[in-house]
Amino acid sequence: MIWLDVLVQGILLGGLYALFAAGLSLVFGIMRLVNLAHGDLIVLAAFVILLIVATTGLDPFLAALIAAGWLLQRLVLNRVLGRDILPPLLVTFGLSVALQNGMLEAFSADSRRLRVGALESASIGFGPVTVGTLPLLTFASAVVAIFVLNRIFYTTALGRAFRAVSDDPTTASLMGLNPRSVFAIATGLAMVIVTLAALYLGMRSNFDPSIGPARLLYAFQAVIIGGLGSLWGTLAGGAIIGVAQTLGAQINPEWQILAGHIAFLVVLLIRPRGLFPRAVD
Amino acid sequence: MLTRRKLLKTGAATGLALATPGLFAPAIAQGAKIRIGYVSPQSGPLAGFAESDAYNIQAFLATEAGRNFEVIVKDSQSDPNRAAAVAKELIVNDEVNLMVVASTPETTNPVATTCEAEGMPVISTKAPWQPWFIGQQGNPGDPASWKPFNYAFHYFWGLEDVIAGFLNMWNQIGTNKAVGGLFPNDGDGNAWGDPNVGVGPGFAAQGYALTDPGRYQNLTDDFSAQINAFKAASCDIVTGVVIPPDFTTFRNQALQQGYNPKIITVAKAILFPQSVEALGAAGHNLSSEVWWSATHPFISSLTGQSAAELAADFTEKSGRPWTQPIGFVHSLFEVASDVMGRVSDVTDADAVAAAISATDLDTMVGKIAWKGEGVPPFAATNVTKTPLVGGQWRRKEDGTFDQVIVDNQTAPAIPTGGQMEALA
Repeated sequence: MIWLDVLVQGILLGGLYALFAAGLSLVFGIMRLVNLAHGDLIVLAAFVILLIVATTGLDPFLAALIAAGWLLQRLVLNRVLGRDILPPLLVTFGLSVALQNGMLEAFSADSRRLRVGALESASIGFGPVTVGTLPLLTFASAVVAIFVLNRIFYTTALGRAFRAVSDDPTTASLMGLNPRSVFAIATGLAMVIVTLAALYLGMRSNFDPSIGPARLLYAFQAVIIGGLGSLWGTLAGGAIIGVAQTLGAQINPEWQILAGHIAFLVVLLIRPRGLFPRAVD
Repeated sequence: MLTRRKLLKTGAATGLALATPGLFAPAIAQGAKIRIGYVSPQSGPLAGFAESDAYNIQAFLATEAGRNFEVIVKDSQSDPNRAAAVAKELIVNDEVNLMVVASTPETTNPVATTCEAEGMPVISTKAPWQPWFIGQQGNPGDPASWKPFNYAFHYFWGLEDVIAGFLNMWNQIGTNKAVGGLFPNDGDGNAWGDPNVGVGPGFAAQGYALTDPGRYQNLTDDFSAQINAFKAASCDIVTGVVIPPDFTTFRNQALQQGYNPKIITVAKAILFPQSVEALGAAGHNLSSEVWWSATHPFISSLTGQSAAELAADFTEKSGRPWTQPIGFVHSLFEVASDVMGRVSDVTDADAVAAAISATDLDTMVGKIAWKGEGVPPFAATNVTKTPLVGGQWRRKEDGTFDQVIVDNQTAPAIPTGGQMEALA
C-alpha cells in the first residue's frame, strides 16, 4: 500500500514540477532561449502576489490574475531578443542575480508565505491513499494550464505564429510575422504560467529571495525528458521526475534527488531527444 | 570640519584621552583607531542572521570605548568561498588588528581557518562548537589528529546542550519516547544526524529512540517518505535541524497525511518570528532551542543595557521584532573592545591572542571566559560555552507569536515563562 501512496505523491509532486517547467518549456521551445532567471521570476511573482494580498486583502487566486496581467505588460514591453543565442543567456543569468539581490533589498531575507487558511492542511481520502487537497489542486492546475497552452498552440492563429517562428524565424518573417513581437507574446504567456507556479509555490512552502534557482534544475529536466516543444511531454517529464524522487526517497531520503537525476539520464540514453519531441531539428 | 585625526590629536592634547580609562591609551598614542574586521552574511540565504549588524555596529561605535575603533564590515554573501576571500582582504589590504565573525559554520569556519593560517586573532560565535572546531580540523574523522588553534577563539553552545535542552522539554510531557529525525545533507544535518557523535546516542541515554530515515536535500518538495517512516515507528516527537521552507513543506504534508505528533522541536526553522508567523496556526507550541532572548538576565558591559532594553531599542530603531542573533552580535563587540583594551600593542597578534584567551567578561549573552568549562580537553583552549535553554512559540490572538522559555534546567539563571505544552 505504501508504494501506491509513493506513486500518487510522486505524480502530484510532478504536477508542481510541471508547473515550474511549463513556462520554461514554452520559452525554450519557441525561442530556444534558456531562461536562467525563470526560478527567480517565480519567486518575484510570489512576492508580487504577496504584496497585492497584503495591500488589498484580496483572495490570492484573484491576486494571481492581477499580478499576471501586470507582469505580462512589463515583460512583454521590455522584452528584446537578439539573433545570437549567447547574449540572451547571459542577460537571463544577469537578470537572475539582479532579481535575487533586488528582492533581498526590497523584501528582506525573511521567509514569507501565501496564507490560504484551512486549505493548507486539508486532504481527501481515496481508499488507502490520503491526498492533500493543495497538491491535488496543483496537479489539476498543471493539467489545465498545459491543456490551455496546447489549445493555444494548435488551434489558434497565435499558436501557428508560435510554431512558425520556432521552426524558421526567417521564413516566418517573410510571411509577414514579426518574430520579436511573437516572442514577446510568448514570454508574456510564460509569465502567466510563472505566476500560477508562484501561487502554488507560495502556498505550499515558504519562499525567500534566494530560493529561485533551486527548482530550476528539475524544471529543465522535465522539459528535456518531455521533449523540446511538447507541453504534454513536460507534464510527463515532471511526473517522471516526481515519481523517481519519491521512490528514491522511500528507499532512503539520500536517494531522493539522485533518483530524479538517474531517471533523467536513463531517458536521455534511450530517447536522446526526449519522449515526445515536436520539431525535427 | 572635525576629522578623526584632529579629534584624536586635540583629545590627546587636552588630556581628555588620558582622562578616559587608561585601557585605550596605546591606541590613541599611535593616533590611529583600532581596526576590527567583521565578516557576516549580509546577503543570501543566511542574511536573517546578520539583520542586526548595522544597528549593533553603530551602537558600538557610539559608545565611549567604541570611539577608539573602526569596524570594517565585509559581506560573505552566505558563501564559504567568498567568506574566506573577504577575510584575506581584511587581513592583507585593510590590515585589521582583530577579526570578528558570526553566523553559521558556513561563515565562521572559512574565516577562522584563514585567520589561523595568517596568524590573525579571531573571535567567532553563532555556530555550535562541534562543527566549528571539528569542522576546521584536517581530518574530522580522526580525533587523535585534532589540534587546538593559536589564534582562533569561539563562544557558543554545543550539541550536548541541545540534546539536554530538548530532552528536558520532552520529559515534561508523557510520550512513547519515539523520536523522528529530520536531518538534511548539510553541515548541521550531518553533525546532528551522525550515528556516533550526533544527537541519537544522547537521546538513547534517556530512553528516547531515534528514527532517522536518512539525509535529504535542502529545499525538498516532498517529505512523504519521512512521514511514512515516522508513522510506521509511531513517533510522538519530531526533531531535526531544518531550513524554514522545508519545515513548512513537512508540516503541511504531515497534516495532510494525518500525522500529528505530540511534540515538534526543531532547530533553525523556527528561529525567527517571521518564519513562525508564516506557519499560522500550525506554528503554535512548536519548540526549539533558545540561545538569547529579551528575558535573559544579562547586562551589556559596553552600554549597561539589559537584554530587554537592547531588544526594545532594536525594535524601536528598526521597526522589526527582536531576534536571537541581536544579543550575540552585540556581545561580539563587547568582547572585542574588552580584549583590545587589555593589550599594550594592538598590532602584536600574539599579545592579542593571549588577551583573548585571558578574557573574563560578563556580556549580553552571559559570562565569556576561555577556561574550558564543560568543553572536552581537546577544544578547551579555543571554545567556551554560553547558556542554552528551551522555548516554545505561543500564538497570540492577533496571529503574532511570543517565544516562552519553558525549560531552564540547563541554565537556571534564565527565568522560565511557562510550562511545556503538547501540540493540539
